Amino acid sequence: MTMSDLRKINIDGTEYEVPAEYTLMQACEEAAGVEIPRFCYHERLSVAGNCRMCLVEWVGAPKPQASCALQVKDLRPNRDGTPANILTNSETVKKAREGVMEFLLINHPLDCPICDQAGECDLQDQAMAYGRDFSRFEENKRAVDDKFMGPLVNTIMTRCIQCTRCVRFITEVAGVEEIGMANRGEDAEITTYLEKSLTSELSGNVIDLCPVGALTSKPYAFNARPWELESVESIDVMDAVGSNIRIDSKSGQVLRILPIINEEVNEEWISDKTRFVWDGLTRQRLDKPYIRENGKLRAAGWDEALALAADKLKGGPSRIAAIAGDLMDAESMKALKDLMTSLGVRNLDCRQDGSVVGGGPRQDYLLNTTIAGLEDADAVLIIGANPRLEAPLVNARIRKGWLHGDMAVGLLGEAVDLTYNYDHLGAGSSDLTKFMKSTKGFAKTFKAAKRPVIIIGQSVLTGDNAPALLRRVGEFAKKSGVVTPGWNGFNVLHTAASRVAGLDMGFLPGEGGVGTAGIISKAEAGELDTVYLLGADEIDSDFGNAFVIYQGSHGDNGAHSADLILPGAAYTEKYGLYTNTEGRVQAANIAVPLKGDAKEDWAIIRALSAHCDRVLPYDSLDQLREKLFADHPVFAGLGHAPGAQGAEDFDPAKMGKAGDLADYNFAVSVREFYLTNPIARASKVMAECAALSDITPLVEAAE
Amino acid sequence: MTELLQDKDRIFQNLYGLKDHRLDASRERGAWYGTSAMIEQGRDWIIGQVKASGLRGRGGAGFPTGLKWSFMPKEVGARPHYLVVNADESEPGSCKDRDILRHDPHLLIEGCLIASFAMQAHACYIYVRGEYIQERNRLQAAIDEAYAAGLVGKNASGTGWDFDIYMHHGAGAYICGEETALLESLEGKKGQPRLKPPFPAGAGLYGCPTTVNNVESIAVVPTILRRGVDWWTQFGRDNNKGTKVFSISGHVNKPCNIEEALSIPMKTLLEEYAGGVRGGWDNLKCVIPGGSSVPLLPKEICDTVLMDFDALREHQSGLGTAAVIVMDNSTDVIKAIARLSYFYKHESCGQCTPCREGTGWMWRVMERMVRGDAETAEIDMLLDVSKQVEGHTICALGDAAAWPIQGLIRHFRHEIEDRIDNYRAGKPVFVPVAAE
Repeated sequence: MTMSDLRKINIDGTEYEVPAEYTLMQACEEAAGVEIPRFCYHERLSVAGNCRMCLVEWVGAPKPQASCALQVKDLRPNRDGTPANILTNSETVKKAREGVMEFLLINHPLDCPICDQAGECDLQDQAMAYGRDFSRFEENKRAVDDKFMGPLVNTIMTRCIQCTRCVRFITEVAGVEEIGMANRGEDAEITTYLEKSLTSELSGNVIDLCPVGALTSKPYAFNARPWELESVESIDVMDAVGSNIRIDSKSGQVLRILPIINEEVNEEWISDKTRFVWDGLTRQRLDKPYIRENGKLRAAGWDEALALAADKLKGGPSRIAAIAGDLMDAESMKALKDLMTSLGVRNLDCRQDGSVVGGGPRQDYLLNTTIAGLEDADAVLIIGANPRLEAPLVNARIRKGWLHGDMAVGLLGEAVDLTYNYDHLGAGSSDLTKFMKSTKGFAKTFKAAKRPVIIIGQSVLTGDNAPALLRRVGEFAKKSGVVTPGWNGFNVLHTAASRVAGLDMGFLPGEGGVGTAGIISKAEAGELDTVYLLGADEIDSDFGNAFVIYQGSHGDNGAHSADLILPGAAYTEKYGLYTNTEGRVQAANIAVPLKGDAKEDWAIIRALSAHCDRVLPYDSLDQLREKLFADHPVFAGLGHAPGAQGAEDFDPAKMGKAGDLADYNFAVSVREFYLTNPIARASKVMAECAALSDITPLVEAAE
Repeated sequence: MTELLQDKDRIFQNLYGLKDHRLDASRERGAWYGTSAMIEQGRDWIIGQVKASGLRGRGGAGFPTGLKWSFMPKEVGARPHYLVVNADESEPGSCKDRDILRHDPHLLIEGCLIASFAMQAHACYIYVRGEYIQERNRLQAAIDEAYAAGLVGKNASGTGWDFDIYMHHGAGAYICGEETALLESLEGKKGQPRLKPPFPAGAGLYGCPTTVNNVESIAVVPTILRRGVDWWTQFGRDNNKGTKVFSISGHVNKPCNIEEALSIPMKTLLEEYAGGVRGGWDNLKCVIPGGSSVPLLPKEICDTVLMDFDALREHQSGLGTAAVIVMDNSTDVIKAIARLSYFYKHESCGQCTPCREGTGWMWRVMERMVRGDAETAEIDMLLDVSKQVEGHTICALGDAAAWPIQGLIRHFRHEIEDRIDNYRAGKPVFVPVAAE
């Protein structure tokens, strides 16, 4: 920013120099440090200027001004040439605020004692700070019918102050025009059109945005008061985005999950799955070790269970395998990998979906552009991904770039509603080939783009054709300037929270070992004695006659086929490192205690190692982390995403395999957004959402 | 005795529809005469003439028209310029644009061409009030005639200027007469006023530089240019020049629209053209001089006040649209203002807090005051609430809702007090309910 963009402004008697495009509110808050009350204004939404709470006085102007909307450059200097005077504490301003507060309160019910928002309500707080302590309103208050907005958002519309934050969020960020203001004047009501359930995966954010108790959380309703809750900051594992979250709990039970701001990852939004999955944390839990006898599971003690597990790991290493699931922390994967390596086991994989990425340099399997960097892209090619379901916040970023910039988007894969317009280039591998050769339409735009981006989804990275496709796309990226020094537009969009960490530490088949597909076929052919599933629940196989050890938190697919169950911790019950799809390592924290006899996952493996006489060289999580950082230094760079670092070394010859690209249609990796992992499948709320989304498919025919 | 405006000096020669409204007859009355010659003088000349004439906007706010035009960018950039004509005449009491639209539409269309040329707009939209069906049809027919005669369209009137003009029919919301709400509505959105700045001259219709003018402001321009600034400025006091169509309604013997010079005494206006107040001048109670949104004036002021922007402003009222609503002594003035409060409550768009909540509150208190069912202290409270609405809203509807109540309390507080006293003494005043 150059100096010429600065303007002088006088706020409450002191002169400041601020950027010309600042609003008065920004100037007052950032330069002068004066708090300006507001209801409708929100940094990430368009300016509505309708609540009138942020009025300030511009000395000489006939009326007070809405500080959220008026920019410093729109101010005229005083007649004598001195900078315009803004007052934030004058009698006029005080009276204006009192007036607005009074108007907001006359039709707002006094039901704070039964309102879930009480204690964290903007209206309450600002009424205390800026309102009068009496009411002059003698008439009857207005009542408004509640609206149906689906299983997540509870409405008590009499409390609504028509700030339209929810309308703007759903329209602008979520990209589905489903909330609006009907009627006018004092009959104005916020409603979903035809009172249909919201279809956005980001709909829960309107609860946070609502400054009053009009939109509250349905699952959390009447569960707790905000001051009774214990809050812990942590990391979400529902997808590979690694949203920063705050976990609120009471009496050892998670009661709600809220976003915390991380501009580079989730801004201040989270997906509905992240927000509402918490009821799944108390259902279907594995709270004791179980051993299968005569086809039935019986509870066992830890000593017995671990002894049995150690016994089953004694055989030949080539007849043992281990698979790590999607929700695991890096530490437990590291411990299992160390144990298996010391046993000589080489049949390891952290890609239970059979994906082919990994093994090479990091930039071959990361979202290198970074989530925030996607906003800067001018052309985005999506191959076989549905970012709206696989990573709703990545999708929101793409939409943001598309909405505010000049981004063009092309999609190869199933044509779905991504909340922004795109050129549908086809749904199969032949269309990809065609695109690479084409010089027309979107291909022309893409090849001329300055900051082009390719996003590869998991659905095209699995199966027999994946290596050839990966190589082909890598070569195309290199050739067409997608990866240049300083800009890495080659991106793999992961869906599993644990995946990148697993790849980073090489939780992959060793020399002579086999991956997930090989493990399944070998087990079914009777060539494996023992399969160790570390929270792996998405595999559609019973592993033949192999002895299956399942370590995890929920009684889901993995536990159903298990012969021995070792109860572990859910992501809210352990410290853990997670590396998101960008390669950003983030630390999760303990919010609630373990369930029953369950133990932290790394500790289970550490205890097992003693039973196997292969004692792992760490006695605490800190020591384990030290070992992890020593072996794999990328884990030490907490909070950092590499981005375009090393883009000049991008070498497609190391990716996948050369070969002919068969003609086939791309599959879809996430079909049922609400049911992608064992915790979500245990959640009643997620089940309800899934049932509703079955009725109202995301893609609607022209009507 | 004031000299009255002579027929020859009236711009709207067919205000009453006694003559033919079509193109040929309009031309005989002077419309479209020398249009191309005026345009050939150039846009600076046109804007200069309009500025020199001192023409003030006829839609209510009285902003100088020439100055408004000069706010448009001098050069056309990446975005086209637009002229939008506000024919969403919905102010209670006002019906002047209606007669222009249906009886003299060609003056408006000619004005649109000249104004659009002056502001380098190739397209003009006329937003007609939803209830105006016949007016819409007449205007569209006149536009079609003008196209057929080559007056508008490609190479309009042989000037080389391509000019398209579109009639848009509103849906009957009062708020769509607010210029930015009108633009929203024209764009196909819900009619809600926008925040200003940016002003329409910077970002108006579809985000492009736009000027929004009242029908009358545009329709008088060709005649001003034809007859000259000197002719125009001989009417009215300084800063209040020219002629104006007054709509006189209420308790007069002959309600009418009349074009007169500004600064005519109100008493002369009512007595000469409207047949005087029902029951004689002394039977006058009060007058709302500029459409329902301006504060009323009691008889003592009406005796001498001049009908122009500045004189009415001195008396804390306004000329507004010059819709003169006359009330004689039979009027329950509290009830009358309560009815206006209901109107503003009904027409509030609901976007911003003070107007959405305040208009309903004020109306409900007014309804109680009509019966006298209130505390005396509530009069001051009502006044305070009206001040909390005034000036705190996005658009002027909040002001318009507050002013009639402020005028009532300013001049008829004693009547409200009497009403309250009677009610509390068990002698409530019988208020006949008019059919609404």
